[in-house]
Amino acid sequence: MEEKTPAVQMRDITKRFGTTLANDKVWLDIYRGEILALLGENGSGKTTLMNMLSGIYFPDAGKILVDGREVVIRSPRDAFELGIGMIHQHFKLVDVFTAAENIVLGLHEPGRLDRKAVAEKVRAICETYGFDVDPDQKVYDMSVSQKQTVEIVKVLYRGADILILDEPTAVLTPQETDKLFAVLRNMRADGKAIVIITHKMHEVEALSDRVAVLRHGQFVGDMLTAKTNAQEMTNMMVGHAVSLNIRRPEPKDPKPRLQVEGLTVRSMDGILKLEDVSFTANSGEILGVAGISGSGQKELLEAIAGLQPVERGSIRYLEPDGGGAELLGMDPLDIAARGVVLSFVPEDRLGMGLVGSMDLTDNMMLRSFRRGRSPFVDRKSPRTLASQVVSELSVSTPGLGIPVRRLSGGNVQKVLVGREIAAAPTVLLTAYAVRGLDIGASHTIYDLINRQKEQGVAVIYVGEDLDVLLELSDRILVLCGGKVSGIVDGRTTSKRAVGMMMTKLGGDAHE
Amino acid sequence: MNKERHFHISRRKELPWYRAWAIRGAAIVLALLVCALVTMLLTGEDPLRIYATMFAGAFGTARKAWVLGQNLAILLCISLAVTPAFRMRFWNIGAEGQVLISALACAACMILLADRVPNWLLIVIMSAASILAGAIWAVIPAFFKARFQTNETLFTLMMNYVATQLVAYFVIVWEVPKGSGTIGIINQSTQAGWLPQIGDSKYLLNILVVGVLTILMFLYLNYTKHGYEIAVVGESERTARYVGIKVDRVIIRTLLLSGALCGVAGLLLVGGTDHTVTTTIAGGRGFTAVMVSWLAKFNPLAMIFASFLLVFLGRGANEISTVFSLNHSFGDILTGVILFFIIGSEFFINYQLHFRSEADYGAPGSERPTEGGKGKAHV
Repeated sequence: MEEKTPAVQMRDITKRFGTTLANDKVWLDIYRGEILALLGENGSGKTTLMNMLSGIYFPDAGKILVDGREVVIRSPRDAFELGIGMIHQHFKLVDVFTAAENIVLGLHEPGRLDRKAVAEKVRAICETYGFDVDPDQKVYDMSVSQKQTVEIVKVLYRGADILILDEPTAVLTPQETDKLFAVLRNMRADGKAIVIITHKMHEVEALSDRVAVLRHGQFVGDMLTAKTNAQEMTNMMVGHAVSLNIRRPEPKDPKPRLQVEGLTVRSMDGILKLEDVSFTANSGEILGVAGISGSGQKELLEAIAGLQPVERGSIRYLEPDGGGAELLGMDPLDIAARGVVLSFVPEDRLGMGLVGSMDLTDNMMLRSFRRGRSPFVDRKSPRTLASQVVSELSVSTPGLGIPVRRLSGGNVQKVLVGREIAAAPTVLLTAYAVRGLDIGASHTIYDLINRQKEQGVAVIYVGEDLDVLLELSDRILVLCGGKVSGIVDGRTTSKRAVGMMMTKLGGDAHE
Repeated sequence: MNKERHFHISRRKELPWYRAWAIRGAAIVLALLVCALVTMLLTGEDPLRIYATMFAGAFGTARKAWVLGQNLAILLCISLAVTPAFRMRFWNIGAEGQVLISALACAACMILLADRVPNWLLIVIMSAASILAGAIWAVIPAFFKARFQTNETLFTLMMNYVATQLVAYFVIVWEVPKGSGTIGIINQSTQAGWLPQIGDSKYLLNILVVGVLTILMFLYLNYTKHGYEIAVVGESERTARYVGIKVDRVIIRTLLLSGALCGVAGLLLVGGTDHTVTTTIAGGRGFTAVMVSWLAKFNPLAMIFASFLLVFLGRGANEISTVFSLNHSFGDILTGVILFFIIGSEFFINYQLHFRSEADYGAPGSERPTEGGKGKAHV
């Protein structure tokens, strides 16, 4: 590849948001017939850089060359004209349209829309690369992976030969990921240039030909994937050596703490979200919860936390001394009044767990502000707690008076987890606790959770990264379409087995 | 390189307070310059004389200064009333109706009870009635919002018309003399139900009451548990539920307070100064208060300045139209220009413009530049 001309050359690309330098004179080459993995921690500027290539942002300085010619990309339309297409993390599809309708949406082709011709062209693209899309299927009937396929076909339909995928596997099961990778390899063979943004090392190793690493908005280096390894890449991303192993201490004296039986939850519009879910969470143990997104994880945690109306079932809290309490039908205040310290780190950190516009102190007192009889709030102890959390979890913040919204994702999560842990819970519920967090911050969170476990807390950990779930959990509860597909031992099960259980009740066992 | 953008807009991260105020100050200076230009072009008058007249209209005599104070107090009182609801993102634009209905309740007490109960009891009853009427008028939409998620903006707006019609009806019922279409001054001879006068100004009581309310509201919003709950509910109802705040209860409680304060405004207007009720007694201040509250970013102390500015502009504009015998609309034009600049300045506080020059691109094949932000200007 020495003599090949890069499809894209990005030179000295600089982008600033306010006072933060998101990209600092970044150089990047993208070649045809090659899969480039763009690696970097959160906030290292990967997505920003690619957004400038796809016309969403405009660089403050620097230039972009496509096939050796300098170009100005001012809008996604400009990018398409240059054959550049990006598949975003959040899909941008119209639910009530079919796949084919979504694919041609926004194209200004002269004459009437010829649905048949469109469907034909879509089928042709699918055949070439091995996609599995029915052009006439409505988007609301599709699984996440199918929606993603539509997004990719949409880009190909527009004639893109430089494809950018932003964390494409975050929402996929292992089986779906394999399928996606096969398609990407086909596209590579067809001479397309492919960039995938990710921070999952094993995917980089499995798929990419070359790796480019960004750190704090700067280009650190690129190398052939074959000539490096996960440890080296991680060190480059983080800037110093880190350990990739997650600790899993043996549970000490586990006793049943939370007993869920026959839990059935219906959403507001009558859709069954959880059906007859039963399990026991033990003290001193991490119970992982796996499942395709939307399999009822959110409803399960919110039902336990008293935030979700339940159709039937029972959630019994078993006290260490043998007593017990039925939590069903209680709201969070009732639960606390009952003396059960139940901490909940919800998925939506700034929309539920914290108040984005409030500062650290005010967020610390969200749960405790009622304390005392005075009509005035006491900000002294929350302030102490805030500075404690900041120093113990090394939250990087300019001060306690800054709105949490301004903190980076990892620091926001540290504030939230810090507050929930400070309550000294006996049950800790976490939903996607490390979503969007970089390696360093993720390991801080695993550590905190492990320490809670060692103190005898019953931890329920809802996760999406199966590798992590398998390394961290003592037992794994697998949900499939709102039902319990099985509960397996985290030490002995395999990723493949859990993946099968996620897509099919009981997995392989019943075949 | 033929279709480059030469500037773009980005959100500012944060601005030190003094720079924000410098921008606002600059906006006012610019506004005055534009006003001067408009004045010269349209009327040929000397702009400095116009400004002097505006100032005289607001402060020229002791009476004018008192009237300014009274108008400021009432506008500020209504602004304080809508603010807790606004902090909760409950868009109460029904302050007009809440003031009207409490003014009506106050007048009703004065008319119907004047001869039946001692004066002190009358004042107690009419105060309670006014405050209760305002609170009820506000809590009706709040109840429907909390229970059925109705749109509070439309609901409160509609309640305004109901209040106006009720007042119009009772004005005819109680009109004095018959056929005049107005109630006239209530209890002119006995002064029954007139709020006591402090010193020789009938406006001082109102100003003092609203001053105290301003401080109380500031403390309530920023330092009490209720104020904290309001802020959480306003920011995110899901967070509020997550920490066990009863959202319905907070909405209803807050609107009771909001309406009660509108009730105070109605009481001060009828019992304190006007001693009569008309359909225009609120005078659009229920809506102006919305602007005051927003301009002050829902901060009660900043509302003192915001309402002062609006009242000052209004009084000044009045004076200009009489002194120079200009159409009254001319004063409105000036007020509009000034408000345009003040509100427009918020754009420059929240966003900044970047201009970029060719140099930023770097010549093809150039080495990495040594400096990051060269050729860039921030506005």
